[in-house]
Amino acid sequence: MSDTPVDADEVRHVAELARVNLDEEEVEAFAAQFADILDYFDALDEVPEVEAESDLVNVMRTDEVRDGLSQEEALQNAPESEDGFFKGPRVS
Amino acid sequence: MGANIFITEETVDGADDGPLAGTTVAVKDNLSTEGVRTTCGSAMLEDYVPPYDATVVERLKDAGATIVGKTNMDEFGMGGTTETSAFGPTENPVDAERVPGGSSGGSAAAVAAGEADVALGTDTGGSVRNPAAFCGVVGIKPTYGLVSRYGLVAYANSLEQVGPIGSTVEDAAALLDVISGADERDATTRFDESMGTHPAADSEYAAAADGDVEGLTVGVVADLLDGADDRVVETFEQSVSDLESRGAEVVEVSLESVEHAVQAYYVIAMSEASSNLARYDGVRYGLSTGKDGNWNETYAETREEGLGEEVKRRILLGTYALSAGYHDKYYKKAQDARAWIKQDFDAAFEEADVLATPTMPVLPPKLGESLSDPLQLYLMDANTVPVNLANLPAISVPAGEADGLPVGLQLIGPKFGEETMIRAASAVEN
Repeated sequence: MSDTPVDADEVRHVAELARVNLDEEEVEAFAAQFADILDYFDALDEVPEVEAESDLVNVMRTDEVRDGLSQEEALQNAPESEDGFFKGPRVS
Repeated sequence: MGANIFITEETVDGADDGPLAGTTVAVKDNLSTEGVRTTCGSAMLEDYVPPYDATVVERLKDAGATIVGKTNMDEFGMGGTTETSAFGPTENPVDAERVPGGSSGGSAAAVAAGEADVALGTDTGGSVRNPAAFCGVVGIKPTYGLVSRYGLVAYANSLEQVGPIGSTVEDAAALLDVISGADERDATTRFDESMGTHPAADSEYAAAADGDVEGLTVGVVADLLDGADDRVVETFEQSVSDLESRGAEVVEVSLESVEHAVQAYYVIAMSEASSNLARYDGVRYGLSTGKDGNWNETYAETREEGLGEEVKRRILLGTYALSAGYHDKYYKKAQDARAWIKQDFDAAFEEADVLATPTMPVLPPKLGESLSDPLQLYLMDANTVPVNLANLPAISVPAGEADGLPVGLQLIGPKFGEETMIRAASAVEN
């Protein structure tokens, strides 16, 4: 068994971190499934330490002004906008 | 049409002339199309209309292709059967009671049903090869960096590539010729700064489909045959011995690390997904529900309503795997497994030019049959996910039938070894 048992409270906590509301039925179902899935992921403990090649390089493009979306295009999918701005819910 | 292949049917004409003039193309609904809604199979993006084209779509148009519609898919690419779409499941044209595979099931079905000559899908853990195998068509997952990801609505950035689907190896390869190449809008395609070139610059993928496998060494990955359906293994082995009779040398190779590939894949993919899908807050685009309450409450409510069960499951598991206390246990170990898998493949390519496995360990399940147990569904990806973790190219080509259902053979090439892989695959279909 996994040494990280998942109970309903833990599912609720993660859902809060991820900003996803869940109904009670989903919480119960996910708690049971997560126990199985995380138990399966525990097999990763057997993976040896591997020296990863460090052939990664940062690719930076030159910092120059280019054409982008117009303000109108950027706002065309917004459910609500006002005076050329996105309109969202209050933050506190 | 009842098979639910397209989410949106709309004709977009390309340039008057070009290598794809007169060719119809179906495009997966997670590739942005200017002025044509792009839903990703999600209620969250039901009314989203991108103001720009993905680079691959732009290249289709420039090549003279006619786009005939946006194809159904598992929501945000999360699924292996095209049943998690908010717009309902797609039927497999080979057998309407069965799934077409996923997540690019609509794209593979469009080609199999003759609704389009070729199609574009995306492959994060097998999502082009899986439906190609289940629908009896050809699907290519290119080397990471060969094809631009600009305008692809991201699920797991480090794993996914846009890939072509066709009814023959040559058709799929010709589409790869059009979409591959460097893109200044996607830095992941600019892999070789010092050389200043991109591998697609001198490659001719369609021309490589000449069926000549004389002297080619094919390595059969023994580790991936054990868990597969007997009927699949039998068809696969028949197809491999056909290759042998055409002059290929067949050897057995072992990849010890693939035993951990599915776990590593899901931890990495879910982690990247949880981060990517944080963008759906219903403010700048997409569904918006809550009018009352503060930002956090409104955000969580919108996401509850707009996202399907599999997507929520992956966001939550990804958030869990990255959360304090579990990062080292899951995410870091998954990255170790990924490095191990790359090394294993490098060693295997010392012994063989291409590697062969069955694309899917099972025959296409019936609609509704496999959804109830997510873990079992994840295990179906055992043969395809190692390729994405190692950023390698692979192709699924029809190997024959078992009980009247298509079986796919997967050929894996070395990094940017698409031409060799395509050559070998073209011998399988002949």
